[in-house]
Amino acid sequence: MQKFQVLNGLVAPLDRANVDTDAIIPKQFLKSIQRAGFGPNLFDAWRYLDVGEPGMDPASRQPNPDFVLNLPRYQGASVLLARENFGCGSSREHAPWALEDFGFRAVIAPSFADIFHNNCYKNGVLPIILPDAVVSQLFEAVEAQPGYRLVVDLAAQQVRLADGTAHGFDIDPFRKYCMLEGLDDIGLTLRHAADITAFEAARKAAQPWLFNGAAQ
Amino acid sequence: MAAQTLYDKLWQSHVVRSEDDGTALIYIDRHLVHEVTSPQAFEGLRLHGRPLWRVSSILATADHNVPTRPVKEIADPISRLQVTTLDQNCAANGITEFAMGDHRQGIVHVIGPEQGATLPGMTVVCGDSHTSTHGAFAALAMGIGTSEVEHVMATQCLISKKARAMLVRVDGDLRPGVTAKDVALAIIGVIGTAGGTGYAIEFGGSAIRALSMEGRMTLCNMAIEAGARNGMVAADDTTIDYLRGRPYAPTAAQWDAAVAVWRTLHSDAGAVFDRTVVLDAATIEPLVTWGTSPEMVTGVNGRVPDPAAESDPVRRQGMEKALAYMDLQPNTPITDIRIDKVFIGSCTNSRIEDLRAAAAVVRGGRVAANVTLALVVPGSGLVKLQAEQEGLHQVFLDAGFEWRNPGCSMCLGMNDDRLSAGERCASTSNRNFEGRQGAGGRTHLVSPQMAAAAALAGHFVDVRTLQH
Ligand code: SF4
Repeated sequence: MQKFQVLNGLVAPLDRANVDTDAIIPKQFLKSIQRAGFGPNLFDAWRYLDVGEPGMDPASRQPNPDFVLNLPRYQGASVLLARENFGCGSSREHAPWALEDFGFRAVIAPSFADIFHNNCYKNGVLPIILPDAVVSQLFEAVEAQPGYRLVVDLAAQQVRLADGTAHGFDIDPFRKYCMLEGLDDIGLTLRHAADITAFEAARKAAQPWLFNGAAQ
Repeated sequence: MAAQTLYDKLWQSHVVRSEDDGTALIYIDRHLVHEVTSPQAFEGLRLHGRPLWRVSSILATADHNVPTRPVKEIADPISRLQVTTLDQNCAANGITEFAMGDHRQGIVHVIGPEQGATLPGMTVVCGDSHTSTHGAFAALAMGIGTSEVEHVMATQCLISKKARAMLVRVDGDLRPGVTAKDVALAIIGVIGTAGGTGYAIEFGGSAIRALSMEGRMTLCNMAIEAGARNGMVAADDTTIDYLRGRPYAPTAAQWDAAVAVWRTLHSDAGAVFDRTVVLDAATIEPLVTWGTSPEMVTGVNGRVPDPAAESDPVRRQGMEKALAYMDLQPNTPITDIRIDKVFIGSCTNSRIEDLRAAAAVVRGGRVAANVTLALVVPGSGLVKLQAEQEGLHQVFLDAGFEWRNPGCSMCLGMNDDRLSAGERCASTSNRNFEGRQGAGGRTHLVSPQMAAAAALAGHFVDVRTLQH
């Protein structure tokens, strides 16, 4: 996983609530057994006028000129501004993979769906919760001002505006540490292998039926 | 000891260790695996040279991509590769898999309980958001992403933080024709699709106690549609009776010991919840969604709402976008909405009880002429077999339905069962998101009875008034 420290990024606004993971990356692209390459199909049904299928050459597609990420002013954006309950629906990690592959490193919204929120941290995409009113102000500012950028400082847990205003945000210390260092949490958990083994042995002694495997 | 919620008990009994900030390592008892969210996890383990921690905790099946027509091989090479990749990963690691062609194969959330692989008191995970289904067994069951699938495979643990606890109590008796699906949609209509975010929901109250395990699974299945990663129901005689004799369930002395533990899996009297929501069962009607989010729902005798009456601008805009996508006019009576396709299936409503309920409505009727395809897709090979033994398949076939092989099918259309652009479907699945059942397709979520009734009428109709 890439480290996340300070991001100074162009902001793109996606002004709708309850954006679900089916919208972020439609199901036909979930057939891939790879972890990379989902960026060209991020928001596929909104981004293109033709229906996307795996394996299509993005250059041969018909972009929807009205979709916000297709507007020239938002090219190169790395911060996505969104509304409430972003990432609801399926647990597909392909959603943060697609956001990351497209170039987004942070998503700012008033709220996120739990599984998506969790999946973002595992992929170096920082989900930032800011109050509704602040998010609304940011939408106004981004739309009013071409080239609008924000600074996201993870160590300081701040989103900083060009005018010097700073908005703090919360993050669990453990997740913050993993993001700042770009750490793989499996390696960290395996440091506690002895604890897991002991727990497992006690559980198996007390409730052996929980360990029934399948008849092949 | 202070009174505990069911969630407290399940959480506490699985904490391997916890950090000062509340982050905990939670031991995982059962790991269900399917072909879509696992290949990158297996690949990650290989890249790091990490073995699987406990292979016997895993049960795998192929469900999302599998064709529901009898074929030897999946035609789409990309789907086929995903399914064969699962087969290879399972074979290489000694994982039990109900592969295509196995009579036990089916939707992962149908086969886990059916096998008794989901037991009360377990933690159950799967790289699939509808893992909440298994909470119906007083289990702590949650959907996880692929990185977490890999984490659980390598460590048998999940890194998690305790959620807040919500009690949704449904008191009284459901009226005839009203099902667990309607209860689920009613709850989502009240608390919204983000209402459960950050919560573990326990469903309680006399209406829930009266539900069968199938009904409880339908309800917990849709907890994720209310934003909650977990839904759960306390264990009782219904739970225990369902499990007796299932392949993975304990037997003999272990059965008795297990039952004694399961009897403790309920919230104690006086347990405190962070939020309680109470619904009166008698006020719940058969429901139909009209929009592109499960919270956009109304009674079958209601009308499509008018965005102009919504004061919140973000919500109003959401409604306008939904109506444009759904091609519906404000104030249209729900019963005037004509449909093109019907889908009875998915991990929400493809169990034997669902098929019996739908067949009871269909019996002796005919699918309406304007309905071009009416599909019944059993949740598993065993459900299919049971239904055939009961003659349900003949009821459906006689009425003009298609009777298919098990899989996720048109719930999300990763196989070739899909809506075409502009087609409108009465569906027993769980998500009416844009394009979910096929690009440009329009989904209305309903119960199996209501889907069956709509198939016969050609439009939505109150199943309680249907005569044929
Ligand atoms: S039936 Fe639908 S919701 Fe259930 S697991 Fe399959 S695709 Fe997901």
